[in-house]
Amino acid sequence: MEVNWRLAKKRPVLEQRARILQQIRAFFSSNNFLEVDTPHRIPANAPEFYIDAVASEGWFLHTSPELCMKRLLAAGYERIFQICHCWRAGEEGHKHLPEYNMLEWYRCHCDYHQLMQDCEDLICRLCENRLLHWQGQPIDLTPPWPRLTLSEAFSRYSPVPLRTALANNQFDLIIDRDIEPQLPADRPLFLYDYPLEQASLARRKPGSPDVAERVELYIGGLELANGFSELNDQNEQRQRFEQEEKLRRQAGKTPYPTPQKFLDELAQLPPSAGIALGIDRLVMLMSDTHQIEDVVSFTPGDL
Amino acid sequence: MYSCSDLKKGLKLLIDGDPHVIVQYDFTKPGKGQALYKCKLRNMITGALFDRTYRSGESFEPAGLEERDMQYLYQDETGYVFMDMKSYEQIPLSEETLGDDKYFLIDNMEVKILMYGERGIGISLPNFVNLRVTQADPWVKGDTAAGNNKPATVETGYTLQVPSFVEEGTLIQIDTRTGEYATRVKE
Repeated sequence: MEVNWRLAKKRPVLEQRARILQQIRAFFSSNNFLEVDTPHRIPANAPEFYIDAVASEGWFLHTSPELCMKRLLAAGYERIFQICHCWRAGEEGHKHLPEYNMLEWYRCHCDYHQLMQDCEDLICRLCENRLLHWQGQPIDLTPPWPRLTLSEAFSRYSPVPLRTALANNQFDLIIDRDIEPQLPADRPLFLYDYPLEQASLARRKPGSPDVAERVELYIGGLELANGFSELNDQNEQRQRFEQEEKLRRQAGKTPYPTPQKFLDELAQLPPSAGIALGIDRLVMLMSDTHQIEDVVSFTPGDL
Repeated sequence: MYSCSDLKKGLKLLIDGDPHVIVQYDFTKPGKGQALYKCKLRNMITGALFDRTYRSGESFEPAGLEERDMQYLYQDETGYVFMDMKSYEQIPLSEETLGDDKYFLIDNMEVKILMYGERGIGISLPNFVNLRVTQADPWVKGDTAAGNNKPATVETGYTLQVPSFVEEGTLIQIDTRTGEYATRVKE
């Protein structure tokens, strides 16, 4: 057999990927974040209607390191980050892999506005000339980046109002079909303040009971990061998990166990904020690569 | 019936009574939201192309088309001509119907033709086909990096990326599902 050429020709992008990972670690270390390493196989994920976990001998592969990381926050670790693989069943497309690499970071005593600034600082550290070229489109990274609430985005780009879209179960379809393609292409963008039902682990916005303090970062039309001010009310979190579980059962999906220790320790969680950023998509952006399979060494199909 | 998780490029479905083929497929999921299955479909009867997005829970009827074993004969003004290996009947397929598959046809190649009544409306190729390189830059001595690549054209006029050691006259194997170089063929 000759050399696996498909794999061999990935070398430049895999080298760039390694440099990006080193720079991310350097960025967080220099900002006094502790790198943590939590188990990938856990007894229960946060139950979410649209996220299916991969089962592993009665437990599950984590769909995100979120629950263990918040238990660390609750135990007094005030700035933490992690780079780890996560698994989500059935997700495979040009920007999705069922096993993918995620960066998550959490901070105490702040809210989601701090996370938006962290994103600006991190990406500008990775791209020092503050300019990206993505699929023929130059993207100006000079901070501060534009911010748009979900309700502004719907009134600007959607054919139906936000509440109607939610009532008709069209929220995601409209984001994908009408909103994402119309977002400005030459600048990063933060979409923030999501409807409460679209953010099961996020805090309610003070004074707006229907809105959760959740933010999504888009660059070049790619959804790169998702974060929020953390919900730290034990009872409200329990009720939201029960609601997600109820929806799962009604739809005939596999029921999931409740992450009990997480709920118990949530009472100790100080006001905090945390965000997850897809490493593979970040490498796609920085290497100007259209297909996620081209920025990882192996996809499931290669194994 | 198929479910959303069965959708992929090349799958044939019955929609509003007509057979359709998925010519492009992508999965996406905005935020923590609902999975969306985005398909570009071609109506195999009319040739019409259109986009459609499906959501989990939807189901699809297979196109259930008859497949006949045929042999590729030649190209003429009627199109690409195939012969039924049982009845020796000859049928033409248009260039439009074949799409990029026309680049992977070799004389006397055995293929499966999808039938709609007596009309050929699609083709199933073998997964791999061997074609000879007719044009490629010479191998630069000293270029030994395994991952280097360059464009090459094969005997059917198809152009693709190949490793730098592939030269004019080399017989290569191409994956017809992706159109990509697979390996050199030992002769």
